[in-house]
Amino acid sequence: MSVSQTEFTRAMMDAGQPVPDGLIDHQEQPAGRRFSVYRNNVAVSLTEAMHSAFPVIAKLLGKQNMDGLAGIYLRQHPPSSPLMMFYGEHFPAFLEGMEQLRHLGYLGDVARLELGLRRAYHAADAAPIAPDALGTLTPDQLMDTRLSLAPAVQVVCSPWPIHAIWRYNTKDGAPKPEARAEDVLVTRPEFDPTPQVLPPGGATWIRALMKGATIGEALEQAAAADETFDLGATLALLLQGGAITGLDSKG
Amino acid sequence: MLDSAARDRLPAAPGVGYKPQHFAQITADPGSVKWLEIHAENYMGDGGRPIAQLRNLSENFAMSVHGVGLSIGGEGPLDTDHLARLKHLVGWLNPASFSEHLAWSTHDSHFYNDLLPLPYTDTSLQRICDHINELQDTIGRRMLLENPSSYLAFAESTWSEPEFLAEISRRTGCGLLLDVNNVFVSATNLDFSPQGYINAFPLDKVDEIHLGGHDEDEDDHGRPLLIDSHGREVVDPVWALLDYTLAKSGPKPVLIEWDNDVPDWPVLEAEAARAATALERVPA
Repeated sequence: MSVSQTEFTRAMMDAGQPVPDGLIDHQEQPAGRRFSVYRNNVAVSLTEAMHSAFPVIAKLLGKQNMDGLAGIYLRQHPPSSPLMMFYGEHFPAFLEGMEQLRHLGYLGDVARLELGLRRAYHAADAAPIAPDALGTLTPDQLMDTRLSLAPAVQVVCSPWPIHAIWRYNTKDGAPKPEARAEDVLVTRPEFDPTPQVLPPGGATWIRALMKGATIGEALEQAAAADETFDLGATLALLLQGGAITGLDSKG
Repeated sequence: MLDSAARDRLPAAPGVGYKPQHFAQITADPGSVKWLEIHAENYMGDGGRPIAQLRNLSENFAMSVHGVGLSIGGEGPLDTDHLARLKHLVGWLNPASFSEHLAWSTHDSHFYNDLLPLPYTDTSLQRICDHINELQDTIGRRMLLENPSSYLAFAESTWSEPEFLAEISRRTGCGLLLDVNNVFVSATNLDFSPQGYINAFPLDKVDEIHLGGHDEDEDDHGRPLLIDSHGREVVDPVWALLDYTLAKSGPKPVLIEWDNDVPDWPVLEAEAARAATALERVPA
C-alpha cells in the first residue's frame, strides 16, 4: 500500500479524486479530511501568490472573482519553479482566453504590465551612464551609437490605456482612465519600478535598441511606425529612469 | 559525506524570520534579536531591493538561509537549476547556516509551494541521503534538515521519525533543525508524547531550533487537528516544550517563525525576548 507522489499530487490538485489508500491517521483509519490540509495549503498559498503578483487585476475583478480565477489558473498552470516571484507568466493569456471576461479586454495587458513591474523589481542592478555622456557626441556620432539598457527596462504595448488603469487603481486621486492606446516603459531608478507612457513610436525605437540597432537605425524604424516620433522625449525618459548603462559608438 | 565540523555557527540566542517590512526597525534597534533567517527562494532574483537589503543585513547579523523549495524528499532527481541557485546564494552570502526540510514540494516539474509528507522507509531513506549528499557536495557545506509537521501518516512507514532523522544525519553528516512547534503539532495530530519524541531525538545533532504559531481545526472524528500556519504567537505548551528541550540539549539558536499575518516589529521582538528568557534559564 505505497502511495506514489504522482497519486498524491493528482488527489491533492483535484478534490473530486479520492484520498489515496495508504494515508492514515494514528488509529490506522483513512486520513480523510487530514489530507484536505494539503489540498487547502497548496490552493491557498498559490492563490495568495497570485493576489500579491497581480494586485491591480485583483482589485479590478474583486477578491471573490480573483480567488475563483486563481483556483482555475493554479491547476492549469502550477508553478514550474520554486521562484514564486516569477509565478503567473501565463496569466495574461489565461485572462484573455476566459469567455466571461471578454468584455474586459484590457485585463491581459494590465496583467502584462504587472508582470513587467515585478520583473523590473527583481532585475539585476546596473549603473547608469554619466548624465552628460551623450552630450559629448556629435549628431553623426550619436546616430551611429548603440545603447546598452538596464536589465530592469520593460516595454509593454497596448491598445488600451493600461498605464492610466494601473495608476487609477494604485494612486489616490489619479484621474479616471480615458479610452486610448498606451505603450508603457518601465524603468527602475534605484529600487522602485516606475511605469511611464511612451510617446508614439517610442516602443518601436526602444525595442530596436534592445535588438542591437544604432540610435539612427532605430530612429528610422520608429519614424516608419509613427511619423510624429519624438526622439528627444523618448531618450529623456530613458535617461531620467537611469535606464542607459552603456554607449558604443561605431568607428 | 562531508566533514561534520561546521564552518560557522549561529549564536545560541534568539533569531527571527526576516520580513522586509521590518528592515528599518531591525537596523535601528534589533532588541533581543541576534540573527536572522531568510527563505532562500525569496532572494534568487538578480538584484534590486531584496538583494540590497540582504547584503546590508549580512554585514550586521549572523544569517541563516532556509530553503523551502529543493524538494529533498521528492521521488525524482533534484532540480539542478535550483541546486545551482542555492550554490550561488550560499556562495556570495556565506551564511552561518543552511537548512532545508524533510519534505517534498516538486513533482513532474511542478512546484506546489507546500511541504508535502513522505513515508519513512528504507527506500525513501536512501533517496533522501543521496539528495542530501548531492546538495552538500554542491554547496560545499553541511546542511541542517528540519522535522516536518504531520497531519497524517503512511501505512508503509517502517521507521519512527526521530530514528529516521538520526539515521539520515549519521549517513550524510548533516545536522538537524528541530522545530519544536512541529513536534507539538505532529504529537497532537498523531497522538504521541511530544516529550517522548524529544527524548528519542538526537539532540547532539541539533544546531537550530524553530518555534512558530499554529491554527486549530479538527478531523472527521472531531479530534484536534493542528495546522502549522506560522501566523500567530507561539502557544504556552510549545514554550514549555522548548524549556523541556533546552534543559536536555543545552543552549541552541532559537528562531521565531512568523510568515503569515506578519505582525508589527514590537510583537515579533517580544516573542524573541521570550525566547531569550527561556535561553537564560539554561545552564551553558
